[in-house]
Formats: sequence, structure tokens, C-alpha cells
Amino acid sequence: MEIQIVFAGLLFLTGLVGLLVRRNIIFMLMSIEIMLNSAGLAFVIAGSHWMQSDGQVMFMFILTVSAAEVSVGLALILQMFHHFRTLDSDALNKLTNSPASNLKSQTSNLKPQTSNLKPQTNNPNA
Amino acid sequence: MNSIFCIAAFVAFTGSVLAITNRNAIHALLFLILSLLAISVIFYILGAPFIAALEVIVYAGAIMVLFIFVVMMLNVGNEKELEKKLLSRRMWVVPVILASILMGIFIYAVNEIEQPAISRDVIGPKEVGVSLFTTYLIGVEIAAVMLMAGIVGAYHLGRQKKKVVHRFLKPEQHQAPEALSNID
Repeated sequence: MEIQIVFAGLLFLTGLVGLLVRRNIIFMLMSIEIMLNSAGLAFVIAGSHWMQSDGQVMFMFILTVSAAEVSVGLALILQMFHHFRTLDSDALNKLTNSPASNLKSQTSNLKPQTSNLKPQTNNPNA
Repeated sequence: MNSIFCIAAFVAFTGSVLAITNRNAIHALLFLILSLLAISVIFYILGAPFIAALEVIVYAGAIMVLFIFVVMMLNVGNEKELEKKLLSRRMWVVPVILASILMGIFIYAVNEIEQPAISRDVIGPKEVGVSLFTTYLIGVEIAAVMLMAGIVGAYHLGRQKKKVVHRFLKPEQHQAPEALSNID
């Protein structure tokens, strides 16, 4: 029982670390999937320990929630890719209010743009 | 039984770690499917065969295929280099090892174990169904409403709209094509 619960916690931790570390939004959604799955695993472990079917019922609810969340999330990702042509979640920073973070984000946005511009200007010359 | 749990847990944890550290989205999704299959083995060991089947059918079968379709629609990355990388040995050795471990568990379970069911008491689909439609009936109805909202939301968001996003976002529109041209 303890080992199994610790394993579910480890899986949850894996998903949490992935959510915090990765900036690609598809990977963030996958990490959320890992976390939901490990939560369901903990429910089923507890249900099998106390010999109740409630854990499995809760897993089915989690399954439903995760299916609905994934469909809406993937539709949002498609919209984001059509509008911004990127999967980087840091690109969607238009809601930042403080001037410091705004400036920072603008400069960080400018850097890849200029670096991407250079090959474009070089190619016609070559 | 405990050793099978440990092996399946190892496969599931390794698959999850490789899924979140991988750069390629498709490879990460395949690692995640492997991890989900290992977790379904764990469900079967725990005495929940119905949930194990649901995990394979719904998670690995439906949700992950949805992910893969979206990744293929987005078409991120260079295809030629990807294909060249796919054929190198480094890319397929680790998934083959992990999957063959699961396959070994399966073959062992089919050949060696005499009992058809596992030794612990099994909570079958009948008890789950009775509990689902008596005690948690209100939860089932709320889940139905939530799935309806999910369908409507996915349809609304996934539709290919015309150029105008929102009247407040009109100034942003002039920036979005710039970013498009710069990144491309």
C-alpha cells in the first residue's frame, strides 16, 4: 500500500516537474495528463486497499474530466498555433501589466526575431 | 505479484520521465502511451480489471490518438531530418527495451500463472456499475453536462474562423502576421 501510494506520488511529481519546466504547450498538456492519471491511480489503490468500488468510480470521473479537458485544450492549442505560429507558452504574454516584465518580455521577444531575421536577409544576398 | 508491480512501476515511471524530457512531441507521446499501458498493468494487479481496460481503451486509445492527430496537424519540425533521426539506433533502443519488458510480463502471465484471476479480491465491473448508478448518479449526470460543455467548447474553439478575432484584439492582429513572417 505505502509503496504504491509513493509510486503514485512519484508519477504526480513527474507530471508537476514537466508542467513547470517545459514551455512547449503540448508537453504541458501531456504533463497534466500524467498528473490526472496518477491521481486516478491513487484513487484505485485506495479503493483496492479498503475493498470499495468508490475508487474505481472516481477514476471514471477523472477519465471523463481528462477527456473533456484534452479536447478543449487541444482546440485551444490549434487556435493558438493559427494566431501566433508558435507553441511556446511564453509567447502569450500580452496580459502582463507591470512595465518591468513587459519590457523584459519585449526584449526577449525581440531577440529571436532579430536572430531569425539575419538568415533571411543573408539568403537573398547570397 | 509484488515483483510484477515493481517492474510495471519502473516502466511507467521511466516512460513518464522520458515523455516529459523528450524534445520530439511524437516520441514523447509514444513514451506516454507506454507509460499508460504499464499503469494499466498495475490496475490489473490491484484487482481492477475494468479500469485497466478503460485505461487502455480511453487513455491510450482515444486521448493519445487525439494528441497525435493534433501534433501531426501542427506539423512542427523538419521532416527529412526527423526521418533520418528515426532510423538511427539511438532513437528506438530505449522504447523497444521498455516495451519488451511489458511484453515479457504479458507472456509470463499467460504461460506461468495458473489462476485466471489474481489472488487478491477483485472488484469487478458489476460492483462498479452498481455504485456508479446508485450512489454516484448525480455525479454521472454532472459528468454528462460537462462532456456536453466540452463538446460545444471544442467545436467552438476548433472552428476555423475568419480573420477577425475580437474587436478589442484588432490592434494585435497587425502584430501577429509580423511575428509569423519573422519566425518563418
